[in-house]
Amino acid sequence: MSAFETTYREAIRQALLDAMQADPDIILIGEEVGLYGGAYGVTKGLIELYGAERVIDAPISEPGIVGVAVGAAMTGLRPVAELMYVDFVGLVMDQLANQAAKSRYMFGGQIGVPMVLRTQGGTGRSAAAQHSQSLEAWMLHVPGLRLVMPATVNDAYHLLREALRQPDPVVVIEHKGLYTMKGVLDVDTPDGEWGQPVIRRAGTDVTILSYSRMLHESLAAAEVLAGQGVQADVIDLRCLNPLDDTMIFESVRRTGRAMVVTEAALTGSVASEIAARIGEACFDWLEEPVLRIGGEDIPIPVSPALERGAIPSAALIAEAGLWLVKREAPAWAP
Amino acid sequence: MTQTNTAPLARYRTMRRIRSFEERVGELFLRGASAGSMLHLSIGEEAVVGVTAAMTEGDSFTTHHRGHGVFIGRGADPARMMAEIAGKEAGYCRGKGGSMHIADRALGHLGANAIVGGGIPHIVGAGLTYRNLRSGQVSVAFFGDGAMQQGILYESMNMAALWHLPVLFCCINNQYGMGTRVDRSAGKLAFSERAEAFGLTGARVDGTNVEAVHQVATALVAGARAGQPGYIEIDAYRFYGHARMDKSPYRDPEEEAEGRLRDPVVTARARLAVAGLADEADLARIDAEAATEMDAALEYAVEAVAPPLASMFEDVYAPGTAQPRPQRDRLAAILSEGSRA
Ligand SMILES: Cc1ncc(C[n+]2csc(CCOP(=O)(O)OP(=O)(O)O)c2C)c(N)n1
Ligand SMILES: [Mg+2]
Repeated sequence: MSAFETTYREAIRQALLDAMQADPDIILIGEEVGLYGGAYGVTKGLIELYGAERVIDAPISEPGIVGVAVGAAMTGLRPVAELMYVDFVGLVMDQLANQAAKSRYMFGGQIGVPMVLRTQGGTGRSAAAQHSQSLEAWMLHVPGLRLVMPATVNDAYHLLREALRQPDPVVVIEHKGLYTMKGVLDVDTPDGEWGQPVIRRAGTDVTILSYSRMLHESLAAAEVLAGQGVQADVIDLRCLNPLDDTMIFESVRRTGRAMVVTEAALTGSVASEIAARIGEACFDWLEEPVLRIGGEDIPIPVSPALERGAIPSAALIAEAGLWLVKREAPAWAP
Repeated sequence: MTQTNTAPLARYRTMRRIRSFEERVGELFLRGASAGSMLHLSIGEEAVVGVTAAMTEGDSFTTHHRGHGVFIGRGADPARMMAEIAGKEAGYCRGKGGSMHIADRALGHLGANAIVGGGIPHIVGAGLTYRNLRSGQVSVAFFGDGAMQQGILYESMNMAALWHLPVLFCCINNQYGMGTRVDRSAGKLAFSERAEAFGLTGARVDGTNVEAVHQVATALVAGARAGQPGYIEIDAYRFYGHARMDKSPYRDPEEEAEGRLRDPVVTARARLAVAGLADEADLARIDAEAATEMDAALEYAVEAVAPPLASMFEDVYAPGTAQPRPQRDRLAAILSEGSRA
């Protein structure tokens, strides 16, 4: 029996474990990944299993960690570099965007960089402005990088396993609020193909597109909408690059209504990109404007009430859905 | 500045106040009133008062994420600090920043930082300002041993030396960066030699001896003011976990017990008594006053009100300029204007 209940955290750990077992070239490098077991406990026990040559506790030197991973990837290893918080990506952006992402291209296809950068982001722990961001758009904007963001336990496993089979650098952004989430892991059966979105709830009235933790807020909103007789098609984008948008367009052409939900600050976000693609490809099918629901365009405040207010809630998503489908204006509308 | 023999007692009082404050931060968390659990206590590092007391009014500084003690050393109001740690409107940063992002322009605090090494170059910039304005001020960066492995520190040291800036780099070496002991993060531990290699005046001081720290820091601050930047490393021990949730399972209990014997507050207290600068009654009164003061700060923070929701949009940009548009406003506009009825 290959399907069992576990957590998002354990699924990622299992993926690392299985991948390291299958491929001796895979190494982990990052801060606190070894003896400490990872800041969020993801890599617990791996150093005991694979030793300090393959599970490398690095000093607090992020550009060095990613740069070293790039060099190791160029020469035959398959590193998984860990960035404790996605917020630190500013420190490593040169190694990521100018080095890892561009080597294959600049060097005429000779030198690929098959590495994975694992990191986590998002709000929910009052971790304040430098430890709570959702920065996926920064990476989506860089040609040469792949980007996935698992929302389910099964995807947490399979997207990482698949990332470790890719010939090019892949950034995997986990969500700090999902580590303890339970779900079923089936190590033989991924939720969907690499690069394909997955329909998490089928409906006919409105398409809700999301990813990472906001998928769960979207599903909760769909539940509320169902109570009002509105059936939402909820699509998990999961792979942001590569992303095959065929399924997205099919859904929107069926429902005629779409909203894209992200936790990230809205301006310049992944949601903006997806909404633009829908606008271009589904114009004639749309009954209503494509709505983007996102984080406020502000840094994340530490105060718990403010932090919650800075990101979308299931209630807001449901209100927007009711308006799109039934023209029911929410209380705060004029 | 002449040294009166009441100064060591004043430094002891500040150290005791820091210790009492940090204990109350732990309590704030246990009462469920802190904004999150990313609370880094500076217990065991109170000898940093030797540096803060060597600075004068007008001098500025930045700190790392474990900066409560430094700020108290520079005159912080503990009630407003605690309120910030609780994410309240009455806090130093109106509940926006929290424990890791306290700042106060009036007292020269240019900001606590949650990016390891993030605040270090700012003091070099401040030094540039003071040099150009010939203001006579000094700026000090406080950071941990973990930041010794960040490249930005060395870029900063080089520029400070190159331009003879009035700055001091203060490394509070508590032997750990999270779960990593310093000998697992650096190939060579003589950090002050690194500073000297760049042309700074470097020193390493026993972190149980606040008076020794103060003596060295006084000389280094004076040197900095005259255009010779410095580096001081306080050799200390992190008494408790990295943050409030961490129980340090990676540490040898024996090492931990020994480390906690290296207590700068207890040591300073004993030395004052031996030197005849205070008797037990004086010291007990100081301890009790600190406890009372910090109890009040804790209650103040617990009782203080949360910031109003709309305040989340304030201070992203300067007042009077274009402001972020709240999502509900944007959606409401689309809902009404965009409707084709
Ligand atoms: C750039 C960066 N990398 C990693 C972290 C995560 N982190 C926070 S504190 C810390 C350890 C810092 O150790 P040190 O500088 O010695 O300060 P201490 O906590 O011991 O006071 C780490 C790795 C961070 N906040 N910023
Ligand atoms: Mg340290």
